[in-house]
Amino acid sequence: MADLSVPIGSLTLKNPVIAASGCFGYGVEYSKAFDISTLGGVAVKGLFLNEREGHAPPRIVETPAGMLNAIGLQGIGVHRFVAEKLPELRALGATTIVNVCGTTIDEYCEVSRILSDHDGVHALELNISCPNIKEGGIQFGCSLIGTHDVVSAVRKVTSLPLIPKLTPNVTDPASFARASEEAGADAISLVNTFLAMAIDVETRQPKLTTGMGGLSGPAIRPIAVRMVYECRQAVKIPIIGMGGIATVTDALEFIIAGANALQVGTANFVEPLLWQGLIDGINAYLDRHQLAGVGDLVGQVRSRK
Amino acid sequence: MPVDIPAEVLSNTRLSPDYNVVALDAPDVARAAAPGQFVMIKTAPGLDPLLRRPFSIFEILRDASGEARGLSLLNKRVGVGTSLLYDARPGDRLDCLGPLGRPFVPVDPPAQAWMVAGGVGLAPFVTLAEALAARGTEMTLFYGGRSAHDLYHAEFFEALGARLVLTTEDGSRGERGRVTGPLARELAALPADTAATLYACGPTPMMRAVADLGTAHGHPSFVSLEPVMGCGMGGCYSCVVRVTRPGGTHLVRSCIEGPVFDSSTLIWDALQGGH
Ligand SMILES: Cc1cc2nc3c(=O)[nH]c(=O)nc-3n(C[C@H](O)[C@H](O)[C@H](O)COP(=O)(O)O)c2cc1C
Repeated sequence: MADLSVPIGSLTLKNPVIAASGCFGYGVEYSKAFDISTLGGVAVKGLFLNEREGHAPPRIVETPAGMLNAIGLQGIGVHRFVAEKLPELRALGATTIVNVCGTTIDEYCEVSRILSDHDGVHALELNISCPNIKEGGIQFGCSLIGTHDVVSAVRKVTSLPLIPKLTPNVTDPASFARASEEAGADAISLVNTFLAMAIDVETRQPKLTTGMGGLSGPAIRPIAVRMVYECRQAVKIPIIGMGGIATVTDALEFIIAGANALQVGTANFVEPLLWQGLIDGINAYLDRHQLAGVGDLVGQVRSRK
Repeated sequence: MPVDIPAEVLSNTRLSPDYNVVALDAPDVARAAAPGQFVMIKTAPGLDPLLRRPFSIFEILRDASGEARGLSLLNKRVGVGTSLLYDARPGDRLDCLGPLGRPFVPVDPPAQAWMVAGGVGLAPFVTLAEALAARGTEMTLFYGGRSAHDLYHAEFFEALGARLVLTTEDGSRGERGRVTGPLARELAALPADTAATLYACGPTPMMRAVADLGTAHGHPSFVSLEPVMGCGMGGCYSCVVRVTRPGGTHLVRSCIEGPVFDSSTLIWDALQGGH
C-alpha cells in the first residue's frame, strides 16, 4: 500500500482523487450512493454571496467525447450553504473544498471570510475561470493583474488553503500559475472548461440558449495535460489537475505531467461510482512501480531520447 | 440507494419501426424501484455518446415466485441514444443506474386514479397501475397515440382492472383526436363528490392540458417530466424546471426533486418541449 496522501498547504488530502466543482452537486446528493468521506476531497458547486438562478435550459449539449455546459453557476449562496449543507458534509466526514465565486474582489473576500469562520470547510478553490457568466470570474482569470489582485486580497482574509482555479482560455496558463503563486496561493487547480460552441445546422441556432458554453470531458484531456505540464515547469506549489479524467490511466497521465492531485467532473456524470476504482488503481500502479507515494510520481515525465 | 450494474439485455421486442421494449437483468434495481422512478442507461460503451440517458422503469419483471428479477424499458427511437437502445441485442450489457427520482404516490380509495398517457409516456404507468391495483383503487387509463400501432400494452391495464379510454389522431383505434378530449368530457361528467387524482406523462402540451383540466375541476394532478438530464443524481444542474416555492419561484433539479411533480407547483411557460 503506497502513501496516497497529498499535502495542499496546511491540509493533507487522504488521497489525490477529488470530485470536481459543479459536477458533484453539494456532495450530499452522492452520499446516498457511496461514502463520500473516502474521497480525497469534494469540491462543491460554485458559491456566490447570494443565491443565483443560472441560465435557462437547455444547459447542456453532448459533443464528441465531451459536453458543453452553460449552467450559469446556479447556486444557493454562501449563507444557505453553511446553514443547510455544511453540517451534513461535516457529519458525513467529507473533506470539503468550497468553490468560491464573485463578481467583485470584495465579494470573493466576503464569501471566503464567511467560509473561513465555519468548521468543516477544508480549503477554498477560487473560481476565476467560469466561461459562462459575463461579470466577474473570467475577467479576473484572464488578466494576470486581475488574478494577482483577487488571490492576494483573499489571501489576507483566510488562513484556509487557497487554490485559484485557472482557465484554459488563455495563451499561457503557466504565467497565471506564477501570478497565483506570487500572490500567496497554496496550490492551483486547472483546467476549467474551454469556451466552445455547437450549432444546429437545420435551425442555424446555437444549441445552448447562451450561444456559447464550456467544453469538458475526454475531448479536452490532451490539452489539459499539456497545460498541467507547462504549469509544473512554472511553479513549486501543488497542482490539482483535471480535464477529461475518466480512467486510472488518465489520472496517472495527469500526475506524471505534474499534478499532485486530480479532479473528476464529467466522467462522474457517466460513472458516479468510479471513485474507488480510481483510488485503488493509482495505488496499484505505485506499488507495481515500487514508488512509496504519489509525490514520487508527480512531474516524472521522462524525456524521449 | 441507487446501484449501478452492467445489466444484461434479456430481450429486445420491436413493437414498431420506432418503439421497442428492452428487458434488462437488473434484480437489485428492480427490487428497490417504486412507481414512476427512472434509471440512467449507458446506451453504448465508450465515449460516443458520452452521457447516459434517463428512462422510466416500464415493467418490473418477476420470476415464478414473484421475486423481482429485472426491469424493462419502453423506448421510442428519436435520437442517438434511443436509436442505440432500439438496436440493443440480447446478451449486450448496458450500465443501468437506479432506481432514481421521486416516485408517484398512488392514491387510496375511495379516490379514483386517472392516468393520462401520450405515446411513450405510457412508460411510468405500468408500475403505478400495479400499486393502485394492490390498494384496490379504481383506475382509468386515458391513452392516446398517433394511430393504433402506437398504442401498446393496453390489455395489461385492462387485466389489472383499469378502465380504458383510447384515442388515436387518425381514428384507427378508439376515439379520433387527442386524449384530452374524452378526459375533459369525463371530468365534466364526474359527480362533484367523487375525488379523482390525475397522473400524466407525455408531450408537454398534453401534460399541461391535463393539469389545467384538473385545476378547473378541482382535482390534483401529478406529472412525470423528462427534460434533458446529464447525470440523474443531482450533480450537474442541467435538468432544472421552474417551480413555485415559498418566497417565489425556483429552478429545481428534476432528477432529484422530480421527475414526478405536483403540477400546481410547476411554471409551465418555462418548460421545454418535452420528449
Ligand atoms: C455541468 C458543469 C458544471 C460546472 N460547474 C463548475 C463550477 O461551479 N465551478 C467550477 O470551478 N467549475 C465548474 N465546472 C468545471 C469542472 O469543475 C471542471 O473544471 C471541468 O469540467 C473539466 O473537468 P472534466 O473534464 O473532468 O469535467 C463545471 C463543469 C461542468 C461540466
